[in-house]
Amino acid sequence: MKKLFLGNEALAQGAIDSGISGVYAYPGTPSTEITEYIQKSDIAKELGIHSQWSVNEKTAMEAALGMSYAGKKSMVVMKHVGLNVASDVFMNMSVSGINGGLVVVVADDPSMHSSQNEQDSRFYGKFAMVPILEPTNQQEAYDITRYAFSLSERFKLPVLLRLVTRLSHSRAVVETFERIPQNNLKFPESPTQFQLIPMRARGLYQDLLDNQKNIQESATNSPFNKVTEGTDTKLGIVASGIAYNYVMENYQDSTCPHTIFKVSEYPLPKKQIKHLLDTCEQVIVFEDGYPFIEEMIGGFFNEDQKVIGRLTGHVNRTGELNPDIVGRALGFDIPTAQEVPDIVSGRPPELCTGCGHIDLFESINTLIPSIGDRRVFGDIGCSALGVLPPFNTIDTLIEMGASVTMAKGATDAGVENAIAIIGDSTFTHSGMTGLLDAIYEKTALTVIISDNSAIAMTGAQDSAALGKIKQICLGLGIEEAHLKVIIPLQKNHNSNVETIQKELDYKGVSVIISQRPCVQIPAEKKAQIRAFLKNCQN
Amino acid sequence: MITNIILAGVGGQGILTIAAVLDTAALANNLFVKQAEVHGMSQRGGAVQSHVRISDKEIFSDLIPEGKADLILSVEPMESLRYLPFLKKDGWLITDSSPFINITDYPEQEALYQKINELPNSILANATDIAKKLGNAKAANIVLLGVASNLLSLSEHSIIEAITSLFSRKGQRVVDKNIEAFFKGKEIATEVAT
Repeated sequence: MKKLFLGNEALAQGAIDSGISGVYAYPGTPSTEITEYIQKSDIAKELGIHSQWSVNEKTAMEAALGMSYAGKKSMVVMKHVGLNVASDVFMNMSVSGINGGLVVVVADDPSMHSSQNEQDSRFYGKFAMVPILEPTNQQEAYDITRYAFSLSERFKLPVLLRLVTRLSHSRAVVETFERIPQNNLKFPESPTQFQLIPMRARGLYQDLLDNQKNIQESATNSPFNKVTEGTDTKLGIVASGIAYNYVMENYQDSTCPHTIFKVSEYPLPKKQIKHLLDTCEQVIVFEDGYPFIEEMIGGFFNEDQKVIGRLTGHVNRTGELNPDIVGRALGFDIPTAQEVPDIVSGRPPELCTGCGHIDLFESINTLIPSIGDRRVFGDIGCSALGVLPPFNTIDTLIEMGASVTMAKGATDAGVENAIAIIGDSTFTHSGMTGLLDAIYEKTALTVIISDNSAIAMTGAQDSAALGKIKQICLGLGIEEAHLKVIIPLQKNHNSNVETIQKELDYKGVSVIISQRPCVQIPAEKKAQIRAFLKNCQN
Repeated sequence: MITNIILAGVGGQGILTIAAVLDTAALANNLFVKQAEVHGMSQRGGAVQSHVRISDKEIFSDLIPEGKADLILSVEPMESLRYLPFLKKDGWLITDSSPFINITDYPEQEALYQKINELPNSILANATDIAKKLGNAKAANIVLLGVASNLLSLSEHSIIEAITSLFSRKGQRVVDKNIEAFFKGKEIATEVAT
């Protein structure tokens, strides 16, 4: 069957057709549509494939490992920074190995379109010593996903499948093939495989090291790694993943005179790299993300600039690649484009009209002159837009959950009137543990949970926090007298300001739940949410 | 032959509907398609664009190179100019003249229109007004598609088929309104060109 697919959808269909029994994920741009595709798929429903969102990437990956332990194939999906959250289980499951095939899909975001950094997940794959796959186009996103599951079961290792934003969010026609059935329940052959106590872990780690020659051999012979010989030996080209397309775009109307090594499977195969270094005077590396390959093959000094790329300044050090950057680095005479006229103003993202975060920010801004500025700690999600004008309410934004804990640390250091603002889903993702730290020490801190009953920024997905936040806070030890619920509406402005001021005056931990459903939630669902929340309160 | 189109607008204005019509029509013509779009943070009232590439040969890059776009099709006048670096020297810029003002430093509209009219090949069409008169303000994007239809290297039949299939679940009335919008747009193109 041939159909138009987003890169993310092609991958998701590939996973269904590989016989997965479950996908585990937390939403995050640019990875979200992978899980959503499986959630909406009729065939996935029919086959009973698990696709419910997890509370965070760590719980997702652990659940995927549990499914693999039980012998079934599972996939876990996240954006690049999500792998930081899941890195504990990621690093350790490469030591235990897997039972049913397990593929870790990570979508990187070079140029930081919707992210706070542009970290390159291939480093994690190398760190964990597992195979890494990097599709070039939508068809490969499908094919490589199927291949990834077979590789995972062959080597009994998790496999890292890396996407980048432009492949995740670009459509092309993809041909799909016959579906492979799901696995049956089957415990691991060795009863000790998943017991990482030191005496067992040492042996398993040695197995992982011994396995390296096998995964190197697989990458050397991979159907997705391809050398195309050229005649001009002045320059050789290494192009990984989507970068290969940008190279080929420049040779659309001609034949590339240089030898090109297209890389889509790692560990980086030594044989082809040696061939390039032996036969070409210089080798240029194109890779979307960090200079991962370039650093490996250029060596520590690279004084003769035998290997060039992002590190040597021949390619931009930061940001995603595109056909023009690659073309210029290859020496094509690409004229400078006409400029964007001065008349064009910037149009940054903004909160939707009627968004509850707006009213909350306005209440806090009313207090800032009296409580002092530079003490509002923010978090990931739509509420992060509070750092921008016209609000300028939020002073810090680092990663999921950091609002609560940074506000605590600043308070420990002597900052008064610290406020943490965190969304409902971010709170259950990574805020709860930090709140317990503050409660344990009775830190004078006010935490505002801006609860819009959704994972709003990524498209208003269901939040596991729905209707549970109050009970969670009470369970963690927040005093009932200092757990307040406010409705962020213009008409409540004065009373909301008063509530926040009162809790700032309290020298212990307060939680204020600022509660109003996201305006992006369809009316019908919003009514259900309101009814559900009312029910929870009774 | 490759046709490179930049679709431009503000998050929520429906440029992906135009993209979907183009994709569907191109597939019906047995052509290759690549279409890159923007999801996530920028969608929240920010500038968004989509790169659509249609060709009779395999397409490599998901992104259009600078200076290689045959057409910028924009549902908002200021946004149309944001992507000028991509436009070919003799490429066309077609845009709705209705501004979407959600920023404090939005330029003077007359100055904006002047800038657009200075380009060698441009059409400013009041697609929003036309769509409103048809009783479906949401169809402004399809009006614009009609204005651009002669530049698309896609048969009119395939575009109508694509509109029909994409809007069919919203009922026959919506399908008809959009087809009408397409032809209204097409009329403007003829008027301006002659």
